[in-house]
Amino acid sequence: MSVYVKIKKSFGNFVLDTEFEAENEILALLGASGSGKSMTLKCIAGIVKPDMGRIVVDGVTLFDSEKKINLSPQERHVGLLFQNYALFPNMTVEQNLCAVIKSCGRGKDTKEKLDTLLESFYLTGLENHYPVQLSGGQQQRVALARMMASDPKIIMLDEPLSALDSYLRWQVEKELTEILEKYRGTTLYVSHNRDEVYRICRKVCVINDGRSEKVSSVDEFFNAPPTLASALLSGCKNYSKIKKLSNDTVYAVDWKTNLKCSAHVPGDAGYIGVRAHRILPLSNKHGDLNKISCRVLEIRHDLFSVIVTVVPEDADPRKEFSRIRMELPSLEDDSLRPGDSMAISIPPEMIMPLRNRII
Amino acid sequence: MDWFPLYNSLRVALISTFFTFFLGIFAAHYIAKTPRFLKGLIDGVLTLPLVLPPTVIGFFLLKMIGPLGPLGSRVLEVFGFKLTMTWYSAIFATTIISFPLMYRTARGAFESFDSTLLYSGQTLGLSDTFLFWRVIMPNCKQGILAGAVLSFARALGEFGATTMVAGYIPGRTAIISTTVYQLWREGNDALAYKWVFINLVISFIVLTAVNMLENRYKQPVGAAKNHFDHED
Repeated sequence: MSVYVKIKKSFGNFVLDTEFEAENEILALLGASGSGKSMTLKCIAGIVKPDMGRIVVDGVTLFDSEKKINLSPQERHVGLLFQNYALFPNMTVEQNLCAVIKSCGRGKDTKEKLDTLLESFYLTGLENHYPVQLSGGQQQRVALARMMASDPKIIMLDEPLSALDSYLRWQVEKELTEILEKYRGTTLYVSHNRDEVYRICRKVCVINDGRSEKVSSVDEFFNAPPTLASALLSGCKNYSKIKKLSNDTVYAVDWKTNLKCSAHVPGDAGYIGVRAHRILPLSNKHGDLNKISCRVLEIRHDLFSVIVTVVPEDADPRKEFSRIRMELPSLEDDSLRPGDSMAISIPPEMIMPLRNRII
Repeated sequence: MDWFPLYNSLRVALISTFFTFFLGIFAAHYIAKTPRFLKGLIDGVLTLPLVLPPTVIGFFLLKMIGPLGPLGSRVLEVFGFKLTMTWYSAIFATTIISFPLMYRTARGAFESFDSTLLYSGQTLGLSDTFLFWRVIMPNCKQGILAGAVLSFARALGEFGATTMVAGYIPGRTAIISTTVYQLWREGNDALAYKWVFINLVISFIVLTAVNMLENRYKQPVGAAKNHFDHED
């Protein structure tokens, strides 16, 4: 099973322009809300028609603007799990499932197929319940079972956990992961939550403002995001515009200081990013490498950490990128107050050079 | 007392509701899919009978299906019967007059229908026909039934266009509304009051039916609330 997508579609000012490929794996489409992730899934499912491009699933062309191929959603055999699960409210769990089982032409063994589905999705006993009588997690399992009943060639999940209360989410995520592991085909997983993506998916394709970036592995994405947009989505908090001085030295424009980097700085890198928990208060063991003298702007105590926002002495504190955010497990110096000075150190191996965009 | 007007009124209203029911749903369903500029135009034309005086509708109808009208004269020539001044003439009038009520309520129901249900059904391989009858219609049931009851009530109360195309012939084209008018003209208040009372009873039954339908529709949702707490 595989999927290849290269599509363009414009809605007024917004242009969706995505290209990616996936094999038998879970590929995350990660992007902020409104970036075009759901629209991409709708194009693959045949609900929305792209202006141009090509969609191939498992060697079958579903859409090709040049060859004028545009299969109906029914002919595509692509499973799409909607954010709100879209169960038919007028039908019981059993009726929801049987409608799909029967339409797939397996009239004879409907009962058998139904029992298998109910069992493998932990729905036994809920056959006669209506969707409104089910919890969010149960609704999701029914929707998944119903999708699997249609024997899809690939499955696509649109923010499957976003409709759930946070206390339910962990349990449902565990069940969902188990189900996805059993499924051997291609899974496209749309999300805006990086933690979820890190736990569930193997590969990531970032969609930023309608445009997709290169598919990368999850580890690569979190350790060395290639672009500013990826870094933002991966949860990185600190950025500075840079001027490249040499292959391992940059001038951080927003922080008004020179920094050494372990990673090779590509010629077209426009920014660097540093994760908040990688920046440390300067202590004796670091020496003076990548030292920045700062002023404390704010100290916030989180549940299990302390978030300290500082600004380099020479930088303009009103500029957003000038501020440096640190996440520390605890604060050694209790007497630290906003306005105090504080020296910090950025380990060279934690500096991630970022491009503006990969073309 | 001659019960013919009651029988005729119910007969006319039921038959015209049958027509408006399907025509209204059909129109509402297809208009929802047409491009916007066309939608406004067609919508305006289909809603016109709601705002035009019934006498104007009656006038147009007479010009069309009257013995001298293009349609009326052809039917008379080919099949040998008149389309006006018979009991079924009223059906033409009431169907046209009550159509916008069915059409607009059905359209409102279709427009508020959650289209992800349709889309998910399509990706699951369910045919559009199945989805229309088994998913869209049941989920729009409330609006569609309300539309049907409103059209029925409107058809029952129609007077203007009906008098023009069906006239008032006792025992043949008389309906309740025309009978009340006729009795008042004759000064027969006692009998007029009886028909007014019958009309009130019918209205009461219709409104009760609407309320009962709505309550029955709402019940499963209300019952589900309790379930939700102790599941999972």
